[in-house]
Amino acid sequence: MIQILFFFFAALALGAAINVLAQKHVLYSSLSLIVMLTAVSGLFILLQADFLAVINVIVYAGAIMVLFVFVIMLLNLPADPSGEDGIDRMRWLKFAGIPLGIFLLLMIGATVWNVGISGNATQMEGSAEAIGQTLFTDYLLPFELTSLLILIALMGAVVFAKKDL
Amino acid sequence: MIPLHWYLILAAVLFLVGMLGFFLKRNIIALLLSVEIMLNAVNLTFVAFSSQHGQISGQIFVFFVLVVAAAEAAVGLALVIAMFRNRESLNVDRSNLLKW
Repeated sequence: MIQILFFFFAALALGAAINVLAQKHVLYSSLSLIVMLTAVSGLFILLQADFLAVINVIVYAGAIMVLFVFVIMLLNLPADPSGEDGIDRMRWLKFAGIPLGIFLLLMIGATVWNVGISGNATQMEGSAEAIGQTLFTDYLLPFELTSLLILIALMGAVVFAKKDL
Repeated sequence: MIPLHWYLILAAVLFLVGMLGFFLKRNIIALLLSVEIMLNAVNLTFVAFSSQHGQISGQIFVFFVLVVAAAEAAVGLALVIAMFRNRESLNVDRSNLLKW
């Protein structure tokens, strides 16, 4: 049963991720990315990381993707914005990414195959309580610094997006 | 129980899809979306290892990745708006002012 769920979510995530690349308009791409994020959240639940699954849906699929969709709507893009509009000097150069990507996949596959993963999966709970316990004791300083990072990002976004400050 | 390998391979393939998108797409919003795919693939790896080893630290790290992704999306989209206002185009090949 759990394997059926795994394959369902894996296929959903993979298909949605490929669909992100296949779509011409970025609005459909971002909507497809929401599907992918939801599928990854399902995988998180299979891995007993319930809290992260909820956070992933709320923060990623909710807040961040809404931000994307808002900006896409705001810009009022023309029909085909991906636009190979006359710039094709780099047409073949950009396909250099494919062998690079295949090489990366081979490297990851070889590493996964060779490194023995010791021990069986141990039961643990990814509940909000367990995460909060660790976050507010061992990782308190990074957590506080995070707020500084968000503040800086906030100010940076305002500075960049404003027409004349 | 699902073997850890399956999660790792799925995360690697997702990362590869995101990377291919980053190389092949020319629209800057599509590039940002590809980065989000890659971040999520890495998150999946973190959670898989965290679940395998019974350590909660991996999930904490996913938390921080989420925060950084949110900051990155905010600043990146602000840059997209600024770029679109100046050039009327989202094609990254068009913004070649510093290139010779």
